Amino acid sequence: MAKDKKNEAANSSTEGENQIELRETAGLSQGQLIRRKFFRHKPAVASLIALIFIGIFVFSASGIHLGTEKAPITVQGWWKYTITDIPDSTFCKDSVGCPTWSHPFGQDPIGRDYFALVMRGAEQSIMVMLVVGLIGGILGTIIGAVSGYFRGWVDAILMRFTDFIITIPSIIIGAVIGFKFGNLGVVALAIYLGLFSWTGLARLVRGEFLSLREREFVDAARVAGASHTRIIFKHILPNAMGVIIVSVTLMLAGAILLETALSYIGFGVQAPDVSLGSLISDYQDSFTVSPWLFYWPGVLIIGIALCVNFIGDGLRDAFDPRQRRQISRKELLKATFRTPTNDSKSK
Amino acid sequence: MLAYIARRIGIVLLILFGSSYIVYNLEAFSGDPLAELRTSSAKNRDFLIAQMTRELHLDVPPPIRYFDWLRGVLGVLTGHADLGKTRDGLLVVNEISAAIPVTIRLVLGATILAIVLGITVGVITAIRQYSRLDYTMTFISFLMFSLPIFWVAVLLKQYMAIEFNNFLGSGQITVPWMIGAAILIGISVAGIISGSRRRVWFIFGGAFVSTVILLWLVNVTDWLLKPGLGIVGVGLLTAGISVGIAAIVVGMENRRVVLASLTVAIATVALYFPINALWSAKHLSFLALIAPMLLLVVLAIVAAVAFTKVDRGSAIRTTVITSVFASLLLLIDRMMNTWSGYIHSDGIDLRPIPTYGTVSVRLSSDNFWINLMDGFVHVLLPTIALTLISFAGYVRYSRGSLLEVMNMDYIRTARAKGLSERVVIVRHALRNAMIPLTTLMAFDFAGVIGGAIITESVFGWHGMGTLFRSAISSQDLNLLMGVFAITSFMAVMANLVADLLYSALDPRIRVSK
Repeated sequence: MAKDKKNEAANSSTEGENQIELRETAGLSQGQLIRRKFFRHKPAVASLIALIFIGIFVFSASGIHLGTEKAPITVQGWWKYTITDIPDSTFCKDSVGCPTWSHPFGQDPIGRDYFALVMRGAEQSIMVMLVVGLIGGILGTIIGAVSGYFRGWVDAILMRFTDFIITIPSIIIGAVIGFKFGNLGVVALAIYLGLFSWTGLARLVRGEFLSLREREFVDAARVAGASHTRIIFKHILPNAMGVIIVSVTLMLAGAILLETALSYIGFGVQAPDVSLGSLISDYQDSFTVSPWLFYWPGVLIIGIALCVNFIGDGLRDAFDPRQRRQISRKELLKATFRTPTNDSKSK
Repeated sequence: MLAYIARRIGIVLLILFGSSYIVYNLEAFSGDPLAELRTSSAKNRDFLIAQMTRELHLDVPPPIRYFDWLRGVLGVLTGHADLGKTRDGLLVVNEISAAIPVTIRLVLGATILAIVLGITVGVITAIRQYSRLDYTMTFISFLMFSLPIFWVAVLLKQYMAIEFNNFLGSGQITVPWMIGAAILIGISVAGIISGSRRRVWFIFGGAFVSTVILLWLVNVTDWLLKPGLGIVGVGLLTAGISVGIAAIVVGMENRRVVLASLTVAIATVALYFPINALWSAKHLSFLALIAPMLLLVVLAIVAAVAFTKVDRGSAIRTTVITSVFASLLLLIDRMMNTWSGYIHSDGIDLRPIPTYGTVSVRLSSDNFWINLMDGFVHVLLPTIALTLISFAGYVRYSRGSLLEVMNMDYIRTARAKGLSERVVIVRHALRNAMIPLTTLMAFDFAGVIGGAIITESVFGWHGMGTLFRSAISSQDLNLLMGVFAITSFMAVMANLVADLLYSALDPRIRVSK
C-alpha cells in the first residue's frame, strides 16, 4: 500500500541520515566538529568574509581615532581627505557635490568629502560595537558564572542586581550616558554602554552553569581537588562557550543599532565627531536633492548588522548538537545504496 | 502562590526604589538645570534663578531631594500622585497622562500586527523547514533585524507617502509598473511554493498573468480612487475565510462545523445592507458601531450550537473566529467606501498619506468615518515601520520554538497514534511552542507605554518618547523621573506577569521554590 511504502522510505531515509552523520563525525574533536559545521553554513561564512573585508577597509581608510578631543590619539588612514578638510566642490549637471572619481561618495553641503565622513562614522560604530561586546561579554560571563556556580546568597544578590539593571531601559541609560559623556570620545561612550549591556548574557550563563555544575565531570574535578576558579574556568566555561559566543554576537548587532539610534536622536557621538547615525540624522532632509548622503551610512549599518546576525546564526547552528544539517537527496541516495546490508540487518 | 506573589512584589518595589534613586542622582549630578539661566542676559536673571530654585527645591541636595519626590509618588496610594512640576511649571502628571494615549495609539497596533504576522510566518517556516520559503523568510527576518528604524522611516516617507500621493493624482498604474509588479509577485509566489522546475515555471506564469489581470481591473474600475469590496467581495472572502478557519481548527472532515462556519458567512452577506445602512447614519454612536459585530458573534455561537452535538467548544471557537474576521471585513469595506470621500475633502486634496503628525489640521469634518480614516492614514506609516522592525523577532522565536517542540517525544507519540498532521501541529505542537513566546509578548506589551522614542521623533508624534527626549536634553529632572517611573514599573510588572503566565501555561514549572 502507498502509505506503507512512504513510511518505509521515511525510515530508510532517517537511517541514511544517521549513517552519513556517523561516518562524518568519526574521530573528530568537539572543536573540529563545530568548525566544520560552521564552515558549512554558507551565509555565515560569506558574512564573516564580508565583515572582515568591511572592517579592514574602514579602518585602513579612516585610520584610528581614540582619546578625547583635547588629547587625541590618531593613526592616519590612506584616504586623502579627513573629516575636517573642505576641498573645492564639484559641480554636476543638476546638483552640487555629487559622487565623482575624486569624491566617490560625493560631498556634503559644506563641501566635506563624504567618503571620509562615512568611513569615520563606520569606524566609530564598529569601535562601539567591539568595546560593548568585549565589556558586556566579560562582565556577563563572570557575573553569570559566579552566580550560577556558587548559588545561594551570592546568586540571590547578583540576580537582584541584574534585575535592577534590567529595570532601567537601555535607551534611557544610553541617552543619559551619551548626553553626558558623549563628548569624552566614542570609547568612553562605548565603555559606559558596555557596563549596562551584560544583563541578558548573565542570565543565560547562570542558567547554563546551574545545569552544568550538577554533571559528573564537575564532581570528578571537585573530588580530584580542583579549586573553584579552576572548575569554573577550565571545566564548566568551555562547555558554556556556545551560549556565550552566540549571545555576544547578537549583542554586537544590538550594540551597533543602539549606538546609531542614540547618535541619531543626538545623545550618542557628539559633533564635530561623526557616527553613521548622526550622518543619517544630519542629511535625511536632503534625501530628494542628494540621496547618496542618505543611502551610504544606512547601507553600511545594515551591512554590518546583517553580517553579524548571520555569523551569530551560523555559530548557533554549529554549537547546537541537536541541529542537524540538511542532507541533500544525492548524498542520501549514495548512503542508502552503499550500505544495503546494514539496512536490512537492522530491521 | 499568594505568598510568592507578595514576596515578588516586595522585591520589585525594592528594586524600583534602588534604580530610581540611582537614576535620580545620576541625572541630577550630571547636569545643572540653571546653567541656561546663569548665562542669560535677562535683567531679572537673579529673580528667575531664585524662582526656579524655589519651585524645584534646588537648594536641597539631590540625595535628599529624592525623598521629596518619592513622597509625591507614594501619594498614588491615596489617589493623589504628585510627580512634581516640569521646568515650565506644568504638572508632570498631566503631561504624562496626555502623552500615554498618543503613544498607545502609535505602538499598540504595530505590536499586535507584528505578533500575529510574525507567529504566522514563523509557524509556516518551521513546518516547511529547509524549504525555499524558509530560506527566503530567514533572510528577510535577518534583514529586518538589522534595519535602523530611522532609516526605514525616511524611505517609507519618500516612497509610501510622497511618491504614492503623486501617483494617486492619476490613480492609473502604468504598463512598466504593472509588468514589474507582476514579475515580483510571480517570483515571490514561485519562491514560496516549491516543486519541480516545470511546476515552478508554471506557478510563476500563473501568478504573473493573474497579477496583470488584477492590476488591469484596478485601472479599469478606478479602484485606487474608489475602492470597495462590495457585497460580492465580502461574501466570497468571508466564505473563503470560514472554510479556511474550519479546516485549520477542526479539519475539513468535520462537515457540521464547516457548515456552521459557512452559515456565519451567509449571515454576513444577508446583513450586509442593513449594517451598512446603520453605519451610514449621520451621528454614529459607539453602540451602533459595535452592535452589528456583537450580533455576528452571537449568531456564530448559535450556529455552532445548532449544528453540532459533540465537541461544541471547538465548534464555537471556529465560528466565533470566523465572525470576528467577517466583522473586520465589513469594517474594511466601509472604510474603503470612505476613501473616495476622504481624499477629495478639503485639506486633503488627493494627498492622503501624511508624513508627519497625528491629525490633519486643515480637515474639518464631523463625519465619523472621515475622521476615523484620518486617524488611520496618520498611524499607517509609523505602524508599518514599527511592524517591520519587531516582526522579525517573532518569526525567529516562534520558528525556533516550534522546531524544538516538533523534536519532542510526545509529538512522535501523537504521530504514532495515527493522528492527522493537522491535529499534531495545531493541538499538540503549537500550544506548547507558544508558551515561551508569552514572555516576549508580556515584555512587548509593557514596552508599549514606554513608546518608541525614535519613531515618535521621526514621525512627529508627541508621546512618551518625545517627553523623555526633551526631559533629557533640557535637564528636566521631574519629567524624566516621571517617564522613568512609569516605564520601569511596567517593565518589572511584565517580568512578574510573564513568570506567572509561564507557570500557569506549563504546569511542569512551579513559581515558588
